[in-house]
Amino acid sequence: MTLRWAGLWRMALLLVLAGPLAAAVNEPVLDIGQGGHCVDDPQFMRLNHMKLLRHQRDETVRQGIRGGKYSLAGCVDCHASKKNHSVLGTDQNFCQGCHVYAAVRIDCFECHSSTPRRSIAGEVLK
Amino acid sequence: MSCGHDHQRRQFLSRGAALTAAVTIAPGLMLYDFARARPSGEPASSAVRWGMLIDTTQCESGCDACVRACNKENSLPGGTLPTDPQWIRKLELQQEGTGRRISLPMMCQHCAEPPCVEVCPTGASFKRADGIVLVDKHRCIGCRYCMMACPYKARSFVHEPVTDHSGATPRGQGTVESCTLCVHRVDQGVAPACVEACASEGHQAILFGNLNDPDSAISQRIRSVASAKLRADLNLDPGISFVGL
Ligand code: SF4
Ligand code: SF4
Repeated sequence: MTLRWAGLWRMALLLVLAGPLAAAVNEPVLDIGQGGHCVDDPQFMRLNHMKLLRHQRDETVRQGIRGGKYSLAGCVDCHASKKNHSVLGTDQNFCQGCHVYAAVRIDCFECHSSTPRRSIAGEVLK
Repeated sequence: MSCGHDHQRRQFLSRGAALTAAVTIAPGLMLYDFARARPSGEPASSAVRWGMLIDTTQCESGCDACVRACNKENSLPGGTLPTDPQWIRKLELQQEGTGRRISLPMMCQHCAEPPCVEVCPTGASFKRADGIVLVDKHRCIGCRYCMMACPYKARSFVHEPVTDHSGATPRGQGTVESCTLCVHRVDQGVAPACVEACASEGHQAILFGNLNDPDSAISQRIRSVASAKLRADLNLDPGISFVGL
């Protein structure tokens, strides 16, 4: 009998631990802000946004090509949280949440704004 | 760029004489020519060379509207210590002997032969096709060679962490920066912030436009008044010229 109880206890303990762990292991819980249709397939973006943005930044900075399909400011415009108007701040915020989860340091916002363009003095800057 | 487009562009540009330097379309928005906003997706073209003509006889001593506008536009902290970034400085000069005083804004001269670009070890300093000299901060390692090479003391090093990212230009600690000729505005067909501020202060000290277009207001003015470039002896061919030096 003692053995049977011990077995049940262990199972219960496993269930309690596994519940939250399973959610945490699967995916980060992200606040996607306004969201809507992404400029490309979301899974493609998850895998390739860094390459797309790197390509776009060189074209924009060095050649002056504006208005491309992919842009960091575009990401921020759609994905800033409606709570703090930013893609950073908590581990639910769009950029920070995923980067913390993936353990990839994010440098962009040491220079770039993490808030949407239109929140800058009400003007659309682009 | 196709020939047809080129032709269209020239037509647009030749209308620049009518639509001169300061056309106000809304408070805070001034176009030097509606048609000059480059269509999205199109790179800057060497058919254009952006420049300025600064008229020191119109620049008021003590006025710093251009400096304030630049600081606001690019969210610069606005200090004047040697370690503070300054993209424009107001200079008050007095001629030896005669005592004549002039006042002028001093910024990156957007040299056609920029020594800052020549010395940069990473390719971060570069000249865009339309003559605007920039720092690609993605590549800048903060070595400051360009600051030493620039004869106009136009560049600043960002010593402090940047906390205010509300400005139009991304800025970050450990990189070098200087006047961008408000490239983000120019690409939208809007004149640089300093030009607009000077005009709305009631002065017309800064004329901005395309030096490659013989019909642009700036080219016409350069043809009709005596102007000079700073340290012309260095043969850097700056994009900025001055009247009344
Ligand atoms: S003024 Fe100085 S920073 Fe500007 S292009 Fe010339 S050398 Fe470079
Ligand atoms: S400080 Fe940056 S832009 Fe200047 S020379 Fe060094 S790497 Fe180039």
